[in-house]
Amino acid sequence: MSMPFYASAEQIMRDRSEFARKGIARGRGVVVLTYADGVLFVAENASVALHKVSEIYDRIGFAGVGKYNEYENLRVAGIRLADLRGYSYDRRDVTARALANAYAQTLGTIFTEQQKPYEVEICVAEVGATPEADQLYRLTYDGTIVDEPQFLAMGGQAEALTNEVKGHFTPGLALREALAVAVRALGATGGTNGKPRELPATQLEVAVLDRTRGKRKFKRITGLALTELLPTAAATETVELPEPPADDANGDQPAG
Amino acid sequence: MSNDRPAGVDGILRYATAPGSSSFTEFVRSASPELLPRRLAEHASVPHGTTIVAATYADGVVMGGDRRATAGNLIAQRDIEKVFAADDYTLVGIAGAAGVAIEIVRLYQVELEHYEKIEGTQLTLDGKANRLATMVRGNLAEALQGLAVVPLFAGFDLDAPDPAAAGRIFSYDIAGGRYPEQYYHSVGSGSLFARGALKKLWRPGLDRAGAIRVAVESLYDAADDDSATGGPDITRGIYPVVMTATAGGAERVEQDELEAVVRAILADREARPGA
Repeated sequence: MSMPFYASAEQIMRDRSEFARKGIARGRGVVVLTYADGVLFVAENASVALHKVSEIYDRIGFAGVGKYNEYENLRVAGIRLADLRGYSYDRRDVTARALANAYAQTLGTIFTEQQKPYEVEICVAEVGATPEADQLYRLTYDGTIVDEPQFLAMGGQAEALTNEVKGHFTPGLALREALAVAVRALGATGGTNGKPRELPATQLEVAVLDRTRGKRKFKRITGLALTELLPTAAATETVELPEPPADDANGDQPAG
Repeated sequence: MSNDRPAGVDGILRYATAPGSSSFTEFVRSASPELLPRRLAEHASVPHGTTIVAATYADGVVMGGDRRATAGNLIAQRDIEKVFAADDYTLVGIAGAAGVAIEIVRLYQVELEHYEKIEGTQLTLDGKANRLATMVRGNLAEALQGLAVVPLFAGFDLDAPDPAAAGRIFSYDIAGGRYPEQYYHSVGSGSLFARGALKKLWRPGLDRAGAIRVAVESLYDAADDDSATGGPDITRGIYPVVMTATAGGAERVEQDELEAVVRAILADREARPGA
């Protein structure tokens, strides 16, 4: 074959998109939604050490799906950028919008210029002083940035997941109800033969950006506190709990 | 971000792809070194802060600092704050050139939070103390050349086997030496007098109120004999900054509570004018 290799730009971009989409579709899903007191992150994640959800700054949280090392890179970069901005200006000058823009630039550049696009989809969320000021940004592998008003779902079967959330979501839900919506949606997808799955606390990574907290709004909900909040487990397990259900004193522990 | 580097693509892309460490200081040094505290010009006359005291007690540790900053023989500021919460469980106080000292504390606060966010876990208390020593020894040693003293660090050790011994204090020297202190310690120009007072006032197993009183009274004694240390200013309502670090976190003692402590000390001293 002496013909020089040629592929149209459309073909290259299509191939890359398909490659990235395939990679993302392999992973489990993440649902991010607003609730009465802020923003709730719910990820299906069996690992307690390798997080999909993380704190970026006082009011900003991060969630990623896809290839772990790639969204971990982006997470660390986001923390560095946010800390640098906060250190050189002021803590209030660190915004999700600026961070989302920086991520979009990065992902766009990687998508067009590097051998292989990042197989990730990420969410940058900021909790505001009022529910109207909450912000959710979805960023995809090619640098596309979408401002989602109330909720978003990412990862494998994102479309089915989004539809599940859409069917039950209403603005201003209490934490318990919002968590139920998210867990139900995650359980409804990905089961064998379309059967809904039951997701115990050990399979979930849950965190909130709670506007009622002090300076740092991000808090992980784990262990007993999470089990107590989960819809199905609550009815059967509260009886066996050695202590009364997790209270505010428990919730006030610093995150991390 | 700095002006000499285009924001956006190159900026964050480099942060994203460089593996780097979990240290914010090391990151700033490579990304925006101009933001780091600088070496002071020789003989620069800048406001200086003065006395810091710390003492352990039953629940943890207490730290206090007077409110005066001096420039030569003048009082530069009456209500400066020199004691800070470095994170949820640690306190840091710095006596020395005020501007640089406050900048160092800011950097250290970001350093601890940065580590916690990237690693998903807090440093141990010894790790935090060592990190501060590294900052003093490393590039901050230059910035600190114009200073008479270096930080006083205290915190509640979450890993301590005995909660009653969880309050710990560390002092530093200019070369970055880190020294665990027993019971109590003081740094700054009035530290000689504060330490003498602490020696007589401190008792093992003090409660919170007792520890706050000891901290405020030792600062009072430092102010009594050191012109660069400010005493409590009743007319203006300016009292020392006092903070505690316990299992419940780091918190600042309220103004009202301090006022009561100061008034009690003054009443006792009035009864014994020779003290």
